[in-house]
Amino acid sequence: MIEFKNVTKKYRNHLALDDFTLSLPKGKIIGVVGENGSGKSTTLKLISGLIRPSKGSVTIEGEDITRKVSSAKVSYLSELDVYYSFYTVGETIGYYASLYRDFNRSKAEEILDYMKLDRSKKVKDLSKGNRGRLKIAVNLSREVPVILMDEPFSGLDPMVRDSIVKGLLSFVDFQTQTIIITTHEIKEIEPILDLVILIKDGKVLQMEEVEEIRIHQNLSIVEWMKKEYE
Amino acid sequence: MADDFNASKPIYMQLADRINRQILRKELAVGQKLPSVREMAIQSGVNPNTVQRTYSELERMGSVESKRGQGTFVTENQSVLNELRQNLKKEQISSFFADMKEMGFSAEEMISGLKEFISTEERGEQRD
Repeated sequence: MIEFKNVTKKYRNHLALDDFTLSLPKGKIIGVVGENGSGKSTTLKLISGLIRPSKGSVTIEGEDITRKVSSAKVSYLSELDVYYSFYTVGETIGYYASLYRDFNRSKAEEILDYMKLDRSKKVKDLSKGNRGRLKIAVNLSREVPVILMDEPFSGLDPMVRDSIVKGLLSFVDFQTQTIIITTHEIKEIEPILDLVILIKDGKVLQMEEVEEIRIHQNLSIVEWMKKEYE
Repeated sequence: MADDFNASKPIYMQLADRINRQILRKELAVGQKLPSVREMAIQSGVNPNTVQRTYSELERMGSVESKRGQGTFVTENQSVLNELRQNLKKEQISSFFADMKEMGFSAEEMISGLKEFISTEERGEQRD
């Protein structure tokens, strides 16, 4: 459903992606892993339409990804905090509901309850963990084919990570949605992934079904990654 | 949750083992409905496709049956459950036997060691 064809992405002199070809199937939870600077975030930004390839093409359901195409089909959770900190939790949900036609308000309310978030609290007064939970609530409430998560666990404690993982399993529609997660916290998402994509120096090194790695190689993803990187 | 599973072994099999044991312990009763795929995925913190695979595997083993449109149920076929019980016993014993043999223990030593262990265990349990 998402195709990268011979994609090159250059930033000035830095080659972020180098003749990158990848085909992502529908209805899966996909982990994108690799060391810092390997091209994970660039891959996600291309899918989100925030940047365009220098060469090659990136398509979703056959359409070239532009900002417009992506805003209708992709929900993107940025690494950076994008919320208006003076909004309350409830106002934040209202804001996103007004911004996106595909925003499912009742689902958002359900997730807020599930995450035990206080609607009247200002975003700036939330703990880091609760900001992480709010981000997930916004991200999972959009009824779009692709949900991107860039480092959703970074800097969050195990309790919060656990609630994010469970929230994901509870609220994603696996018949219609594909989840793409970049993370260094591989252990956290290992049991929930269908596929893992290993990126090195701007190229796809491997793409595997995680259960196949465990069945045929008796390796955890971290062990497999180390082996493949050598 | 994540560390409940051995990360280098297939999770669908680990989950199947776990459910089979619950059935044998009668934590899951004969004829009882298993949680839906999504519920089980949330409970155990694993991918829903993995749970689906676990349920298919259990069905293949005969310990559960899926009824169209209703879900997955623990089998009511007692002979299948007895067989499962015997198989698991055999599996455990054979791996115990192989390990002990590898360390050079004789059959007599294994049996006497087991008997001694069990009687200590049982005395301990009575005291609790």
